[in-house]
Amino acid sequence: MSGATLLPAVGLAAGLAAVIGTALGWAASRLQPDAGSLVERIDRLLPQTQCGQCQFPGCRPYAAAIASGTAEIDRCPPGGEATVRALATLLGREPRPVDPRFGPTKARQVAVIDEERCIGCALCLPACPVDAIIGAPRFMHTVIEAQCTGCELCLPPCPVDCIVMRAPTDAHQ
Amino acid sequence: MSSRPTLPAGLRLDARKTRPLQQPLHAAPAPQVAVLALDQGSGESAEPTVAVGARVGIGTRVARAVGAAATDLHSPVAGVVVEIAARPTVTGAGRCISIENDATDMRDPALLPVDWRSLDASSLLDRLRGAGIAGLGGAAFPAANKLALARASAAAHLVLNGAECEPWICCDDALMRERAADVVLGSQVMLAACGATHCTIALEDDKPEAAAAIAAAIAAARDDRVELIELPAIYPLGAERQLVEAVTGREVPHDELPPAVGVVCQNVGTAAAVARFVGTGEPVVSRIVTVTGSGVTRAGNVEVRIGTPITDLIAACGGYQGDPARLIVGGAMTGRSLSSDIVPTTKAVNCVVVATPADLTIRGLEMPCIRCGDCATACPARLLPQQLHRAAQAEDRNALAQLGLADCIECGCCDYVCPSQIPLTARFHAARLQLQLHEADRQRAAAARERFERRERRLAEQAEAERLAFEAARRRARGAGPT
Repeated sequence: MSGATLLPAVGLAAGLAAVIGTALGWAASRLQPDAGSLVERIDRLLPQTQCGQCQFPGCRPYAAAIASGTAEIDRCPPGGEATVRALATLLGREPRPVDPRFGPTKARQVAVIDEERCIGCALCLPACPVDAIIGAPRFMHTVIEAQCTGCELCLPPCPVDCIVMRAPTDAHQ
Repeated sequence: MSSRPTLPAGLRLDARKTRPLQQPLHAAPAPQVAVLALDQGSGESAEPTVAVGARVGIGTRVARAVGAAATDLHSPVAGVVVEIAARPTVTGAGRCISIENDATDMRDPALLPVDWRSLDASSLLDRLRGAGIAGLGGAAFPAANKLALARASAAAHLVLNGAECEPWICCDDALMRERAADVVLGSQVMLAACGATHCTIALEDDKPEAAAAIAAAIAAARDDRVELIELPAIYPLGAERQLVEAVTGREVPHDELPPAVGVVCQNVGTAAAVARFVGTGEPVVSRIVTVTGSGVTRAGNVEVRIGTPITDLIAACGGYQGDPARLIVGGAMTGRSLSSDIVPTTKAVNCVVVATPADLTIRGLEMPCIRCGDCATACPARLLPQQLHRAAQAEDRNALAQLGLADCIECGCCDYVCPSQIPLTARFHAARLQLQLHEADRQRAAAARERFERRERRLAEQAEAERLAFEAARRRARGAGPT
């Protein structure tokens, strides 16, 4: 076989390589992986307790940190093992146990205000990340159980320690 | 019937119905204290309409349905309401109304026969709803709501379910033998209520006495809208979707209800309760229960007031004998074991099995799945249990949903045939609960996220408004200040 008969085939292969290479190069520069939608997808896997135990101010900032690679996937105690596994599957990483430095993993609880002891100071209202506490100054406060995420952020502001964490009632399991 | 439609897959099980059927239907004595569970088994509770201390007669309404799945409740005894509180029930625990029997058996004087032929459909449905007529086959779903749905979707075919496929249960068999006329009258009333044009009373060919009685009652009623059909005794033919398909040849789509194929299904016991209501005005205050198993002295079918403790029911059958090992409510295939016999009967309790070790098959050691496919052949819902099992073990939610876990009727056929003795039905039940919990978590998270984001927006708007107000004030202060 002579070099002349090979020439068209080599030319074709080289041409194809050039065209495909240019197209891929253009695609890589123009079609960046959508960071916004990755954050969104990670956020959807987080339990949305908004508790801040991961040291980020809410689930979405943590999702953004995971997406940018600045935080590991093991910082969410409320989500527990299931959330780590879901994140690992999404991101193609190895699952790992939840880092105990960020808090213990426990069953879902809800905040309950002891209405006998509540003094109506309204300090817990702004602490709730999901507006699940109803009340006004000098009126009794109460937690809407269905909306409570169990983040425990209302516990520290209470001056009389009248908020306790309890297992949810049957209707809100 | 001219053509024999397709029968569901399933099993031919050895019936164990002869012993209770040797005795005629008899009534159990009224209980000292009747305990009415507000949730009769449909999963939704009624709201009490009486207070502790109220005097009630037999048939006085004591609770009203609020949601669509609850049923009105009526006192099964004359006496005084003594307690409304949580008590152990067949399904675990729930609020119950306890009524102490004063032994006068005084009926509520307001109960009068219903002239159903002169009523229009919607007021007839209201009357049935008010009489607490619920599915006595075991679901305890309010019959009027099902009939109303059938009316709304113009279903033309009423199917009365007399297919009692569970191997131990024979309360409907006893009812059809002794009260066939009630069943036929009930079907006529239901036809008027739901607007269907014809009714098929379906039962299996292992009940010749019941079939003869129903045929005679249909002939006596001279109503050519009502017909009888005998089907082969295959478990689980009595399951609603399977029965509808066997009778009409039309498969109910998995995400729809029987009215989608023009059918509404009711139990024969429910029809008899309707007949009793229109004839005497008496709401559902009693039902027939099969009490059977080698651990009970006199097995039989017993008419029992709703709310009678199961221990009284067993006493009415001569008490325990031998070595009772397990108490099962419902059938051997789909029933549940009770941990105590103090729980009260409900409208959903059709059978109590007092099983001795001789009645029970001890499940062997679970072995790995060998992919024989027997479960798929047996599955009456046309699912692939071996694949479902794999997905359940892997906790693969997508695969479970795709393989149709939601369509599993938990009949136990796959369990029964599995040569590796894998407890498939229990696994599927657990997987289903897991799916529900996961879905609830997901919804809760979505709601929390929404509330969190709204709050963030609100706080940002407030901060912005404050900043603008502050700047405006500063500008004013500069403008008005001393220069």
